[in-house]
Amino acid sequence: MSYLRVDNLSLHFGGLKAVDAVSFEIPQGEIFTIIGPNGAGKTSIFNMISRLYEPTTGHLFFEDRDITEVPPHQIASMGIARTFQNIELFDNASVLSNLLVGRHCHSRTKLWQEILFMPNVRRAEKAHRAKVEEVIELLDLQAYREKIIAGLPYGVRKVVELARALCSEPKLILLDEPSSGLNVEETDDMSYWIRDIKSELGITVLMVEHDMSLVNRVSDRVLALNYGRVIAQGTPAEVQRHPDVVAAYLGA
Amino acid sequence: MRFIFKTDYEQDIKLFQHGGAWWSYGLLFAVLAVAPYLIGSYLQSQLVFVFIYAIVGVALMILVGFTGQGSIGHAAFLAIGAYTAAFLQARGYPFEVYFPVAGILTGVVGAIVGIPALRLHGIYLLIATISFAFIVEEVLARWESVTHGNEGMRVRAVEFFGQTVSRDSNSFYFLCLGILVLVIIGTLNLMRSPTGRAFIAIRDSETAAKSMGIDLAKYKVRSFAISAAITGLAGTLYAHKMSFISPEMFTLLLSIEFIMVIIIGGAFGLHGAILGAIFIVMVDPLITMLKDDLPGMVASLSRGFGVGEEGARAVQDRLYAIFSAPGLKGAIYGLIIIMFVLFEPMGLYGRWLKIKLYFQLFPLYKKATFRRQKTYVKSERNR
Ligand SMILES: Nc1ncnc2c1ncn2[C@@H]1O[C@H](COP(=O)(O)OP(=O)(O)OP(=O)(O)O)[C@@H](O)[C@H]1O
Ligand SMILES: [Mg+2]
Repeated sequence: MSYLRVDNLSLHFGGLKAVDAVSFEIPQGEIFTIIGPNGAGKTSIFNMISRLYEPTTGHLFFEDRDITEVPPHQIASMGIARTFQNIELFDNASVLSNLLVGRHCHSRTKLWQEILFMPNVRRAEKAHRAKVEEVIELLDLQAYREKIIAGLPYGVRKVVELARALCSEPKLILLDEPSSGLNVEETDDMSYWIRDIKSELGITVLMVEHDMSLVNRVSDRVLALNYGRVIAQGTPAEVQRHPDVVAAYLGA
Repeated sequence: MRFIFKTDYEQDIKLFQHGGAWWSYGLLFAVLAVAPYLIGSYLQSQLVFVFIYAIVGVALMILVGFTGQGSIGHAAFLAIGAYTAAFLQARGYPFEVYFPVAGILTGVVGAIVGIPALRLHGIYLLIATISFAFIVEEVLARWESVTHGNEGMRVRAVEFFGQTVSRDSNSFYFLCLGILVLVIIGTLNLMRSPTGRAFIAIRDSETAAKSMGIDLAKYKVRSFAISAAITGLAGTLYAHKMSFISPEMFTLLLSIEFIMVIIIGGAFGLHGAILGAIFIVMVDPLITMLKDDLPGMVASLSRGFGVGEEGARAVQDRLYAIFSAPGLKGAIYGLIIIMFVLFEPMGLYGRWLKIKLYFQLFPLYKKATFRRQKTYVKSERNR
């Protein structure tokens, strides 16, 4: 059964076909990776799934529901969370508040109850905090809880962003280049976490990644994209052997 | 240094993070409680203005400091609150009725003003709020059946649950102080709840906020509405304190004064709003002092240095002319804003934190502790 289905998706910017008739399906519990040279349209696909971009044509289905028309802020509560290629954290807030924002889609308290800080708000806050603490534990962020994002090193920010996505307890997580800018050890940690996310938390992963060793280590299936078009799909080994993929990367 | 040892999630939710805070706020409160009996009526009056400005400062802090939306139109919200009070009081309603009504009405207007904010950013939003303020000023001047136009309206003493509270009384002082405290507590509660965090998320990254499930439209409108409502509440107090209101009291200059409250105080916390309010309210007496006392002082000094009677008089007249020049207040405000933006971008509260840290770390304080690190540029693509 397909969990996320992308059907004939296209995105045009004027004359530029950033994404051109792309279709793929991801079964539940899989790690699915999109690879492709710069400007291939990988991030654009993510932006359409998280509804930041309006597809020119095509449809998106998640758990057999058509989400092509769902407003962006409802995507999180449907169970899709994401990270960004350029890290979009709330820079002037602490790690803790960033992670608590990840809980936003689970908060049900009313404005007046919050202004009076009613007992139900207090209870909810403690429950959110307990959940956030689980994620902090999982990703080893204990040392950074109270730190302001603006003062943190790049590698830690990447982890915080992953943590924020996990705090929303997603069913599907979109990771845009999780290892970019990380050193070798940090990349190793990241690959373990991605596998843990799948095996322990049962979250389906869709990621974009350039580091082929990471791709090989974690992906169940890979899709290669060039100039917005799908050029190959299959296991990591199959895709890397595909002549079109070799050509695209060698620029031939 | 103080290290706070945390053993419970509850501790992060608490309003006062450690015992010392109870003591210092308790002391501040005690001082404010006895102050009106010890200081003269002039200073008491100034303190009332500080409270009113601080309420507006808190309101602006929610919108500008926490949600990151600009507004140079808050004098208009103050005006709507003030006129609601004057209008309903003239029809015989007591304070306990029109005070909340003014808040709600101004909040609704604020929500409507917030709708363009969904599409406008930065300078364009500022221009939209200025235009709104001009429209309100114009409506107040023209809608004579309700506002009495440029003649203005009298505002009588507060009738609060049958008690008459005159604008110079200590009771009015405590009324304003009490409302300020309630507004601050409500705001602190909001900021430790999902709504407050959503505001901060919108300020720092709209894209990420959206993907985390925050409805930008809903929360921006909410922020405008809350900010306007609080300003409307301050407006009723302002009307009573002034005892007379007319359209020319709610001009652009007043809106700019409010913006200055948070620039000077430091736009990242409620402390800043309070410090800024104190500073702004004290500018007026300062100018008066410059005008009344300084020329005489300089003149007698120059006499002391052997400048003849003639010369001393000339100096005195010259200085007096400078300090009573029209528009001096605006010029001084401009100068202060520029100085703060250039040299003290974190405001008075930021300065206070730096001084405090200096003593906590002494002798290890590094000059570069607060220097900002620019790490990398965020993508603006997804705006
Ligand atoms: N908002 C936009 N407006 C115009 N063109 C855009 C926009 N966003 C993306 N593009 C263009 O669409 C194409 C695909 O961009 P996209 O960001 O999806 O590439 P990518 O595969 O993620 O590349 P990279 O590996 O560099 O991240 C590029 O040519 C890019 O310039
Ligand atoms: Mg990309």
